Amino acid sequence: MALTRLDQLYRQVILDHSSHPHHHGTLEEATNQVEMNNPTCGDVIELQLNLTDNRIEAIRFSGSGCTISTASASMMTDVVLGKTPKEALALVDQFSLLVQGKEPENLDDLGDAAILSGVAKFPARIRCATLAWKGLEKALATPDETKTNEKE
Amino acid sequence: MMFQGEEVKKDFPILNQVVNDEPLIYLDSAATSQKPTAVLTAIETYYKTSNANVHRGVHTLAERATSQYEAARETVRAFIHAKETAEVLFTRGATTSLNWVAKSYGEANVHEGDEIVISYMEHHSNIVPWQQLAKKNKAILKYIELTKDGQLDLTSAKEQITTKTKIVALTHVSNVLGSVNPIAELTQLAHSVGAVMVVDGAQAVPHMAVDVVELGVDFYAFSGHKMLGPTGIGILYGKRALLEVMEPVEYGGEMIDFVYDQDSTWTELPWKFEAGTPNIAGAIGLAASIDYLNQLGMENIHAHETALVTYLLPKLRAIPGLVVYGPTDDASRTGVITFNVDELHPHDLATALDMQGIAVRAGHHCTQPLMRQLGASSTARASVYVYNTKADCDSLVEAILATKEFFNYGLN
Ligand SMILES: Cc1ncc(COP(=O)(O)O)c(C=O)c1O
Repeated sequence: MALTRLDQLYRQVILDHSSHPHHHGTLEEATNQVEMNNPTCGDVIELQLNLTDNRIEAIRFSGSGCTISTASASMMTDVVLGKTPKEALALVDQFSLLVQGKEPENLDDLGDAAILSGVAKFPARIRCATLAWKGLEKALATPDETKTNEKE
Repeated sequence: MMFQGEEVKKDFPILNQVVNDEPLIYLDSAATSQKPTAVLTAIETYYKTSNANVHRGVHTLAERATSQYEAARETVRAFIHAKETAEVLFTRGATTSLNWVAKSYGEANVHEGDEIVISYMEHHSNIVPWQQLAKKNKAILKYIELTKDGQLDLTSAKEQITTKTKIVALTHVSNVLGSVNPIAELTQLAHSVGAVMVVDGAQAVPHMAVDVVELGVDFYAFSGHKMLGPTGIGILYGKRALLEVMEPVEYGGEMIDFVYDQDSTWTELPWKFEAGTPNIAGAIGLAASIDYLNQLGMENIHAHETALVTYLLPKLRAIPGLVVYGPTDDASRTGVITFNVDELHPHDLATALDMQGIAVRAGHHCTQPLMRQLGASSTARASVYVYNTKADCDSLVEAILATKEFFNYGLN
């Protein structure tokens, strides 16, 4: 039965994150925020963070997404909380390698997100997985209000 | 005589394959249709026996290519019942056709304060060119509302179309809702205020008999690839009187009458609009697809699709948590079924169906304003065509049920 293959993509941890996402909601005040569109499906997520003393002191995301994009956003917020922008951007790079089917150097640093390696076998879904991470990259590059379209 | 999907399927080599260890079931023809052997052969034969540039040479191959290209135009003309081939322009597809009307007719005839009327069920290709035209010429873009069950609201149409309206641009068939718009009636409405009627026929021409003269439309756009033909070829039909006075959108070889040092004159219709070497093989492939469709018979095709959707829709609606968008009168619909299942995101559903060999589309289907009207950021869409069968419909229903099961309990 071909559906068993879906287990490679939809692991229990992923379903847990997607049904109970961490850091979901909005911040009263944010130093950096972006809105990211996934142009293939029209999903929009908003990402907000507070940078204090050069650390991500608070982070929230909101909006609708598929299982993969919601879980990935949730996992991302877990691992970048408390990190410096530089450390967080390094994780974005590691994650990007992971979902392209390459071996990141420090897999453990990605926390639960490491389990999203299965996405590499589903090329049409890579964008879903990377949406929040690209949002983080944009948010760190552009303080305050910005609206950004995710393009190739 | 009515045909059987099982028999038709044999004419489409691509459908005879296994994906993800399951036999392929293609339910995404509204995005693009598959091509029968007859079309593939026509293209190959052209390249093997007649390839040359058109309207340029005196040699034998040039003559063959030219006559086949122009014969294809005549095949299209007859198919949509246009009065003359001069009114049938080859384009890259429906998108290019609609852009040409906006650029050429629109920029010359829409002025500050004028209105362009479209609807909330348009494809982006029948929205964005008008938005840009409205911005450029300071015109106003207005939308006709939809009824609750996804039909064009004719009361709203009468309100939106006013004496200020210069262009009414509407889709013939919605690529999401499967609803069919009363184009003849709407055309009369547009004409009664002196507006021209532009119709996006991308989802109509592949599935039903279309007569542009009977409809009375001024412009009619469609794509070859959705009607069993190749990609990269499409049609813009326009009434001669309008095309005559319109400026070409592109300039270059083929479309000129005489080129002086500082200016040029244009050749006659339809070539005035066809600058450069056209998609000759595409036109020939499109003609072959029309021949194929004619052999099946457009009435039969329509009946076949109606039989499939009236079979499938009740089965889908019986799935707990599944909502179908669009008209509730199943027999009035075309072969497009857009739906959502509970909390299951359409992307997750489409991936799961793909794992079961079934190709459907998930997303906004290039209709973001419509998605906002429906209150869904994205939806799943299954669309049937000549080669689909009741067995395909059964497989879809079973696969959706299995997917629900998987996401509810399936993890081990
Ligand atoms: C209703 C409708 N209009 C226009 C188009 C655009 O067609 P094309 O992409 O072939 O130009 C499509 C196809 O996606 C469509 O479904």
